[in-house]
Amino acid sequence: MDIGVFTLSLAEWTAVRLTLRIAATATAVSLPFGIAVAYGLARWQFPGKGLIDGLVHLPLVLPPVVTGYMLLLVLGRKGVIGSVLADTFGIVFSFRWTGAAVAAGIMGFPLMVRAIRLSIENIDRRLEAASGTLGAPPVATFFLVTLPLALPGIIAGAILSFAKALGEFGATITFVSNIPGETQTISALIYTYTQVPDGDIGAMRLMLVATAIALIALVSSEMMHRQAQRRLTVAP
Amino acid sequence: MIDVAVTLRQGAFFLDAAFSGGPGITALFGRSGTGKSTLIALIAGIRRPDRGGIRIGDSVLVDIEAGVWVPPHRRRIGLVFQDGQLFPHLTVRQNLFYGRRFRRDAQSGIDVDAVIATLGIEALLPRRPAKLSGGEKQRVALGRALLANPTLLLMDEPLASLDMARKVEILALIERVRDDFGIPIVYVSHAVEEVARLANTVVVLDQGRVVADGPPSAVLVPRTKESALATDRFSLVSVLEFRVGGYDDRYGLTELRRSAGQIFLTGKVPPRPGPVRVVIHATDVALASHVPDRVSIRNVLRATVDDVARDCHPIASVRLALQGGGHLVALATRQAVDELQLGPGKPVYALLKTVALDERPVGGVNAA
Repeated sequence: MDIGVFTLSLAEWTAVRLTLRIAATATAVSLPFGIAVAYGLARWQFPGKGLIDGLVHLPLVLPPVVTGYMLLLVLGRKGVIGSVLADTFGIVFSFRWTGAAVAAGIMGFPLMVRAIRLSIENIDRRLEAASGTLGAPPVATFFLVTLPLALPGIIAGAILSFAKALGEFGATITFVSNIPGETQTISALIYTYTQVPDGDIGAMRLMLVATAIALIALVSSEMMHRQAQRRLTVAP
Repeated sequence: MIDVAVTLRQGAFFLDAAFSGGPGITALFGRSGTGKSTLIALIAGIRRPDRGGIRIGDSVLVDIEAGVWVPPHRRRIGLVFQDGQLFPHLTVRQNLFYGRRFRRDAQSGIDVDAVIATLGIEALLPRRPAKLSGGEKQRVALGRALLANPTLLLMDEPLASLDMARKVEILALIERVRDDFGIPIVYVSHAVEEVARLANTVVVLDQGRVVADGPPSAVLVPRTKESALATDRFSLVSVLEFRVGGYDDRYGLTELRRSAGQIFLTGKVPPRPGPVRVVIHATDVALASHVPDRVSIRNVLRATVDDVARDCHPIASVRLALQGGGHLVALATRQAVDELQLGPGKPVYALLKTVALDERPVGGVNAA
């Protein structure tokens, strides 16, 4: 058997690297926001909380294409915010890999927030009260007590968001199209392959790569989660 | 030292309490749901009162009317919870030192080695809270609060989840903390033995209000006939103070004296300048019109009947004025009260079984 069929082509390598870059960027950039929103939803009572909660969860229930189209309307070159960003700061998302990261981040955001919020809600508030009586200002309590105790949920949320970003297709292709080397992710390339006569072998190779990445992410998250759960966190 | 006068409404419960505490231990005493823990939360700054103020010495922590509110982390008030509430992600050592990084003056305050030695937690330092027993957790929690160099310590039922042996152990530690480090303590409990042992001042709470305050032997006796009958009879107690007398080595008994008579307590109570307090359950007191000669009961206190509370219930409560001062409550059947013709002014003898008296919460007792 010729093992050459298992060798990735240049376009496929590009798609793999691009997908990893998009997923990692989407997760890393959305994580602080995810923690902030999860904390707010878990701890604060304020008018309009239900609305915020709904907005955060919207990408989970909307068809991804609809989310992608909304992004195009808002963040596109001629979009409400996109035009301002482009004209004032020269920041353009549409048809760029950064736009793909935005789409992936937004699609994974509800999953991330849910996991983190749950773990924050499970923290005994008296531990934070104890921290306060020991002289820790609220910000110190957040970083020394709340965040370490929420770490298992934060890891779970980040991995879920990363996995979602790996597989994101509908919103991405709607918002930033399917441009080789810029926005053509593994999913988009598989889709392209299925549209051409001789694409089967390439699609299968990418299928194997995607499965491998997903498995590695899953297993490493399980390991990290267990580690964090067992010792709750590395001591500061 | 500490002055509290606050009100707080939460649903149907209304807290309206005012009290002052001096040096030593001030106990907030009462059944569960009477607002003790809420008061602690208000003093610590975890909750905010609707009205009123809280003062420690000269510093005003809360004055709602004047818009003063000092946040918890600037109050310098240590808090020990019922179940320790140690940080599970930190080692014992890191728990102990947690507060010190926020107190620039911590170095000049309480001595770390003294705290660790007093509490006997040297060997626990590298461990994590999950690996500690309940008693060990409370020792560490006490140490953690102390090392933050507080001007006041709050303890919210710190012994509630411990067994008797651990309770006795931690009780002694709390006394040492009080004596060695000189920090005033506000101590919440519903256990009369703990309050009788520790408190300099007792503040009795009922349904969100202060119903009595004063020294334990004056306060921890039912005030009115009605309250004596309304209380569950097995929790109806009196607290009496005695001077420590001699120890009888042959039988392992310590003699305790007061003007009304002497009693024996099992075990050796070391001699001390101050009195010891003994909790006497009203169900353990028998009454006699003359001193019986051939009975096993050796403890006899001379008294006169103060008043008798009786309704159609089979049991009556008899309040005695002891010779030389002090009060003792006894429960007897209505039948016995009638046969002995017990009424105000009648001289009687109160009989106590030594074996019914719990020597374990009494300070400094060594097993015989």
